[in-house]
Amino acid sequence: MMKFLAQNRHTVQRLGFSAITLMAVVTVLPIVGTILFILFKGGSAISVEFLTGFPHDGMRAGGILPAIIGTLYLTIGTAIFSVPLGIAAAIYLAEYAKDNQWTRLIRIAIINLAGIPSVVYGLFGLGLFVLFLQFGTSILAASLTLSIMTLPVIISTSEEALRAVPQAFRTVSISLGATRWQTISRIILKEALPGILTGVILGLERAAGETAPILFTGAAFFLPRLPQSPFDATMALPYHLFVISTQVPEMPIQIQYGTALVLLVFVLTMNVIATVIRSRARARRQW
Amino acid sequence: MGIRQNAVTVLFGPAGGGKSTLLRCLNRLNDLTEIKASSGRILIDGENILDPKTDVIALRRKVGMVFARPVPLPMSIRQNLTYALELAGEKRKSKLDEAVERSLKLAAIWDEVKDRLDEPAIALSGGQQQRVCLARVIALQPEVILLDEPTSGLDPISTGKVEAALLELKKEYTVILVPHSVQQAARTADYAAFFLTGELIEYGEGKSLFTVPKQKKTEDYIMGRFG
Repeated sequence: MMKFLAQNRHTVQRLGFSAITLMAVVTVLPIVGTILFILFKGGSAISVEFLTGFPHDGMRAGGILPAIIGTLYLTIGTAIFSVPLGIAAAIYLAEYAKDNQWTRLIRIAIINLAGIPSVVYGLFGLGLFVLFLQFGTSILAASLTLSIMTLPVIISTSEEALRAVPQAFRTVSISLGATRWQTISRIILKEALPGILTGVILGLERAAGETAPILFTGAAFFLPRLPQSPFDATMALPYHLFVISTQVPEMPIQIQYGTALVLLVFVLTMNVIATVIRSRARARRQW
Repeated sequence: MGIRQNAVTVLFGPAGGGKSTLLRCLNRLNDLTEIKASSGRILIDGENILDPKTDVIALRRKVGMVFARPVPLPMSIRQNLTYALELAGEKRKSKLDEAVERSLKLAAIWDEVKDRLDEPAIALSGGQQQRVCLARVIALQPEVILLDEPTSGLDPISTGKVEAALLELKKEYTVILVPHSVQQAARTADYAAFFLTGELIEYGEGKSLFTVPKQKKTEDYIMGRFG
């Protein structure tokens, strides 16, 4: 055996590379498979009426407009709270914080925040926003709950993006008589922006697809009209999908897969936008 | 140790002698690092700049610095030059344009970049970048220009251009240079200071220090016996 290996090094190497390539291909299969499967099963459900109409006949017919709009509202609401807070926290951690026990504690908290199961966020949101702060089951409460869940993603990717900007820019800017904040606002943030945006989009994408955090905080089983204010509950794509897949008997299967397809497209579009921003910025980057 | 106006003062010696650290004290850039133990006084225009009450922003505008590696800020050549001026409150376009042209000329790079001022500064060659960095410092009209091995990454021709620019600069500014070689020290120095492991060994006029050094250690270093 050893002799064979020694004599056929090139063959062995080629075999090794082939095995690795095969594994890379295997990892692509599930995502491609999922997309094709959903597209195949749900494609026939997609129509103008499906995308712009209200559900009727106990949601067994009609469209899913309120769920689409609801998910849009929730995503925007989540962005309003989590983006400024997350970026501010990242700037503090990357640019101002000294490495001491206090900041280490903050970091540990952020890491742990990322590890909490989403249903726990849901319960926490129910306790804090819905009941204690009396926002009720509402877009506001659900957005705040999703924001807390999204924050660690935004903070850690933004911090990383800020740290990736060369230290020399800071030194030079300061040496030219700029203050720390001028340096951050005029140079560092601009250079880190693509990385930050990528993190923001990936975080929001996760928020848009979550069911558990909005289950007790803002999602409605069925609403005959679109939400009128942030204090209204709303239908949302992931929860609607859960409902029509488990709670409604004799549900036409293509409506389920059609809903899944819309959710998938929603999330994948955000993903593509993030990728485009990143690759464009990389081409333009001056360091 | 007194440093003469309108002359090139060279701080030289083997690595780890405290030249760069001293340089970074002169514009309080050491504030950014963990080095906090500075004692004594540094007087510029009669004011002790190590005083905690010193306005460091104003100080850094008065004492400009060029670093070993050219670091063009991620913007156009023009913006690199106007960045600090705009932060200092200069908004008039005519003044800014004037400063851009004047400082690029003084840094001996105007002819090479005058037609491409709005291109990214990173597109220039290393030698050109370093002269733009020098011009960026000049644009602020400082009193003192600090240069920390400004030619260490440059080819001999670019090095020559930077050194020639220094000769022009010292007519208007006080130049303090950490050279990247003893030869460069000897070529450029009006006054020279020899540092060894954090200690000032000898300080005097460049001509005499490099030809008849008073200290044995200085002589040994210049002759290449160590370092």
